[in-house]
Amino acid sequence: MFEATELNDRNRRAERLWRWLFGMMTGLLIVPVVLILGVLIVKGGPALSIDFLFTEPTDGMRAGGVFPALIGTIWLVAVALLVSVPIGVAAAVYLSEYAPDNWLTRLINLCIINLAGVPSIVHALFGVGAFVLFFKFGISILAASCTLAVLTLPVVIVATRESLQAVPQAFREACWNMGATRWQTIRRVVLPNSISGILTGVILEVSRTTGETAPIMFTGAVFLLPFLPQSVFDPTMAMSLHLFVVSTQVPGVPDELPYGVALVLIGMVLCMNALSIAFRVYLRGKKKW
Amino acid sequence: MANEVTPTVEHAIETSKLNLWYGTFQALFDVDLAIKNGIVTSMIGPSGCGKSTFLRSVNRIVERLGYVRTTGRIDVHGHDIFGEDVELVQVRKQVGMVFQRPNPLPLSIRDNVLFGARTHRLETKSTRDEIVQSALEQVLLWDSVKDRLGARATTLSLEEQQKLCIARLLPVKPRVLLMDEPCSALDPKGTEAVEELIWELRGQYTILIVTHNMAQARRASDECVFMLMGKVIEHTRTEEMFVAPAHRETADYIEGRYG
Ligand SMILES: Nc1ncnc2c1ncn2[C@@H]1O[C@H](COP(=O)(O)OP(=O)(O)OP(=O)(O)O)[C@@H](O)[C@H]1O
Ligand SMILES: [Mg+2]
Repeated sequence: MFEATELNDRNRRAERLWRWLFGMMTGLLIVPVVLILGVLIVKGGPALSIDFLFTEPTDGMRAGGVFPALIGTIWLVAVALLVSVPIGVAAAVYLSEYAPDNWLTRLINLCIINLAGVPSIVHALFGVGAFVLFFKFGISILAASCTLAVLTLPVVIVATRESLQAVPQAFREACWNMGATRWQTIRRVVLPNSISGILTGVILEVSRTTGETAPIMFTGAVFLLPFLPQSVFDPTMAMSLHLFVVSTQVPGVPDELPYGVALVLIGMVLCMNALSIAFRVYLRGKKKW
Repeated sequence: MANEVTPTVEHAIETSKLNLWYGTFQALFDVDLAIKNGIVTSMIGPSGCGKSTFLRSVNRIVERLGYVRTTGRIDVHGHDIFGEDVELVQVRKQVGMVFQRPNPLPLSIRDNVLFGARTHRLETKSTRDEIVQSALEQVLLWDSVKDRLGARATTLSLEEQQKLCIARLLPVKPRVLLMDEPCSALDPKGTEAVEELIWELRGQYTILIVTHNMAQARRASDECVFMLMGKVIEHTRTEEMFVAPAHRETADYIEGRYG
């Protein structure tokens, strides 16, 4: 009475086939990741050492370490965060909590989505025109970070808006019904319940700019500097540009050096991501509803 | 009408020719209702007849939806809530609302009770404990939560959550409590407890309660309003409505012949 019918058999075969197919595609996805990391580790591993991280490049960048570039990238990303997070979060709060649902809001949303699609080289040119020349920041960390901030604003806004919208509407209604204003509602209920999502999402998005090269190479990053930046008005070296330089612009660089630089760069991005994820897990543990 | 002394009025809520449209859909038709001060009035009627809409227009929360249009007049304690110098925040302070699903805020029990008071700046460090205790006592919740005021409100049972949702309205001393099917998410025991509470609050507040539960309307209200398709069909003393309804539609509904 419980034997398989022919239909059951056929369904089971189909089931196996699909399962295998989807699994394959997932496997395919992992291949490039493994390959990239593998090649980098095998080829760049020998270049790595504590000294590599903490010394300056020497011999016309053919030897020595990446210290100034490492510090420069940290500066760039940190300042970019400082610029884009307040603006992006405020804009997202406005769009999600205040803006009426009309054509103007929809237009703004559309613009934000499109802004996210603008190629980074275009941002670079904008950065030169706006921050380096018009605002007279010169070739500096500030100009480069502002450019990076503009580049990431759309994703910051989208990530923030998603976190805000994950807060149940019932909470807002409860507040409004007690006569709370929008701001009281936002400050006392909406933000406390979305801040973890906002921060982690935003850190994750902004850390992606660690690897951006085009937007900083005309605005703040330079090939080689013998000293570390002292303020945001100094130019700086950066990991991504350094990688570009040692792998294409300098003849006679030892083979493993560019791979070592790339490995450090990837390591930085992964560290940021890991931190952000750890932060999220930690905060989710304290989630309130 | 914020804090001035109003002489006891006869009607807590009085509407005349109240019409309401959601876009082009008309949800309320010429509603003339006079809800007496200090008693419990229940509101019954089939699903979609506009009960919630009526409640939400009395504290003007429907206006949050940009496409809502209202005509007519609503007076709360004799004051027009659409008047020119009316502050919405004050309307919502005087007219509290309880929802179908208990919706405590994701804060501690204590902070939930204090939320309204803080919003309207009615609390100071020294009065806080008193406010919390008195509100929770009024909703018969104090004894069971007094040792865990710092616990998240969402850890309470649904019945307790709903009581808390009522308690958090009280510190701002509202005049009217609107309750939209406050028991429909609760089990029979919870329902009974909340009904008891409503009866307890009777006299201190004017209570307007929407319910789909005939027995509840009958047990727990002084007067009863029957609505159908956005119109008020009948409004009398509860026992009268259930014993000798004046309209056929009312009788049909009460006997369960529609929704
Ligand atoms: N936000 C809205 N937008 C458009 N139409 C709405 C909206 N809310 C309610 N309506 C419509 O208005 C009418 C009255 O709805 P309302 O929620 O007031 O009914 P109700 O009597 O509370 O019903 P229930 O017993 O199911 O809660 C319904 O036909 C409903 O479809
Ligand atoms: Mg309803």
